[in-house]
Amino acid sequence: MPLEKKIRELQEKRDKILLGGGEQAIEKQKALGKRTARERIMALLDHNTFSEYDLFVEHDARDFDMDKKSLPSDGVVIGTGTIYGAPIAVYAQDFTVAGGSLGLMHSRKITKIMDHALKMKIPLIGINDSGGARIQEGVNSLAGYGEIFFRNTISSGVIPQISVILGPCAGGAVYSPALTDFVFVVDNISKMFITGPEVIKTVLGEEISMEDLGGARVHSEVTGNAHFFAATEEECFEQIKRLITFIPWNNSRKARSFESGEPDPEYNIEKIVPDDPTLPYDVRDVIRAIIDKSDFFEIMEHYAKNMVIGFGRMGGRTTGFVANQPLEMAGVLDVDSSDKAARFIRYCDSFNIPIITLVDLPGYLPGVDQEHAGVIRHGAKVLYAYSEATVPKLTVILRKAYGGGYIAMGSRHLRADFVFAWPSAEIAVMGPEGAANIIFRKEIMSSDDPDGMRRQKVEEYKAKFANPYVAASRGYIDAVIVPGETRRLLLHGIEISENKDVAMPYKKHGLPPF
Amino acid sequence: MLQCLIRSTDYLRSDQFGWFHIKEQIMKEHKDLGILNIDTTLYKTRISKSFASRKPYKPPDPKIIESFIPGTILDIMVKVGQDVTKGENLMILDAMKMQNVLICSADARIKRIAVKKGDKVSKGTLLLEME
Repeated sequence: MPLEKKIRELQEKRDKILLGGGEQAIEKQKALGKRTARERIMALLDHNTFSEYDLFVEHDARDFDMDKKSLPSDGVVIGTGTIYGAPIAVYAQDFTVAGGSLGLMHSRKITKIMDHALKMKIPLIGINDSGGARIQEGVNSLAGYGEIFFRNTISSGVIPQISVILGPCAGGAVYSPALTDFVFVVDNISKMFITGPEVIKTVLGEEISMEDLGGARVHSEVTGNAHFFAATEEECFEQIKRLITFIPWNNSRKARSFESGEPDPEYNIEKIVPDDPTLPYDVRDVIRAIIDKSDFFEIMEHYAKNMVIGFGRMGGRTTGFVANQPLEMAGVLDVDSSDKAARFIRYCDSFNIPIITLVDLPGYLPGVDQEHAGVIRHGAKVLYAYSEATVPKLTVILRKAYGGGYIAMGSRHLRADFVFAWPSAEIAVMGPEGAANIIFRKEIMSSDDPDGMRRQKVEEYKAKFANPYVAASRGYIDAVIVPGETRRLLLHGIEISENKDVAMPYKKHGLPPF
Repeated sequence: MLQCLIRSTDYLRSDQFGWFHIKEQIMKEHKDLGILNIDTTLYKTRISKSFASRKPYKPPDPKIIESFIPGTILDIMVKVGQDVTKGENLMILDAMKMQNVLICSADARIKRIAVKKGDKVSKGTLLLEME
């Protein structure tokens, strides 16, 4: 057979497979506002950079008439490409082929690209759109999931792993995204749960829609399983591409540097924080007043809003921000916000990203529900994550830093490299009202005018302790600074810490409280 | 909570720090602020849905038996008015493919049985009252 004919034959074979589950199935997919697996990969990667592998892979299951069924590419597309020039390994489940169900060969394709990603030390992006295990393949399908989870775990902290949920992701399948660094969801398209509404109804008699049980909003606002929420697939892909610009290829590299630029003058750092510590403001405005071009990329925007986390750049270099948000729940530490901050701190530490912490919190949230939800255990995660992190750690105390919250939020005692405080800082064991009530209880109780006495004692306490100078006198903070100097000092601090090197004692691994 | 609100507005009216205009500005910008009390200091801030809707704590009552898991009542071994002793079987709650036997925690008399055989119950449903 002449080569020309053979090439034509290849082309025909390819075209047939590239149609996935066929035109009807594709139409159905589009009607749901979803793209096909290959379209999604093309939309995500730089133009003309996608190389697909394992196009001709097929299953060899025999039970339940599976030997009569042909599933093109076994329902998953794998390959490599680039995003803004950064190399990327990617897989996308194809819902048009047997509902994207995961059989043995399907999983082998995924693990093949995962192995590549780990070997080449490049980021991995997984696009999930699958009905779940391919029941006909029995335990082989379960084995497939297990192999994926194992690789997710081994690759964790070595290469960035990103999960995109663009369809159902149910049962065991949810654990791959849960093991990865960042999970992206899209409104009305993403659905994640362990047991679906049907099972819940039959077993428990509780009725709930898929959306209310495990839709994109639920995972962005309530469960904290998702890190990024988008209204459409396009918006989701833009978010992923933007994230890629902030993170390095792997844990032995630093993130790419960009051209530096001054913050937008609209954010006047002297005018954002009210002097009265009981009044709120949006701490993201302070972050924007500090970072390059005021370009802040927030993570988990809708979950535990009393803690703000995200990336910005300082002098062109990616920097992680952890900040209490006085606008939400007065910026308290609680179960969810501790969890949110701790994981992000560990992420930054894994991938050589300096951490800047902005402190303004009244302490921990009191309440039976918090105590019983394990605020001790979850709160400890923050201490653990800060103490363990060896990347440059810089802290600015903007206003309140009371009690345990002061220690937890990147304090000197957990080995922050630089700790600055604004003149408005109040570093004390607790708020002036609470402290005065305890310390001067006798004086207040025995006074003819207890309220007047209380007010007087509160003022006394405020004057003496609600300031940064007591902590500065012990060297717990390095400098009391004018807000306008913040950016300059942080830029300098990060520059100075460029070659920071900390030796930690040998251990197999630590035991963080999770 | 009401008391807190009144106290806080008084506090705002007094404007002891001369920050009244900033307060007004903040209130105008954020109309959805509530009051959160931390260590007797009152903070103006947004209150999260989960915090606002949290259930007040109720101490457990050993005389009341509620379902600890959603499931189906498979069998009831006791009758109203019957004296039961510690360790006696009261009921079987079928849940998650497991027949869970509910055991009496102290000597008592059955006051009320709130379910019947075959009932599907959700978590926290009252099953039995003792006296």
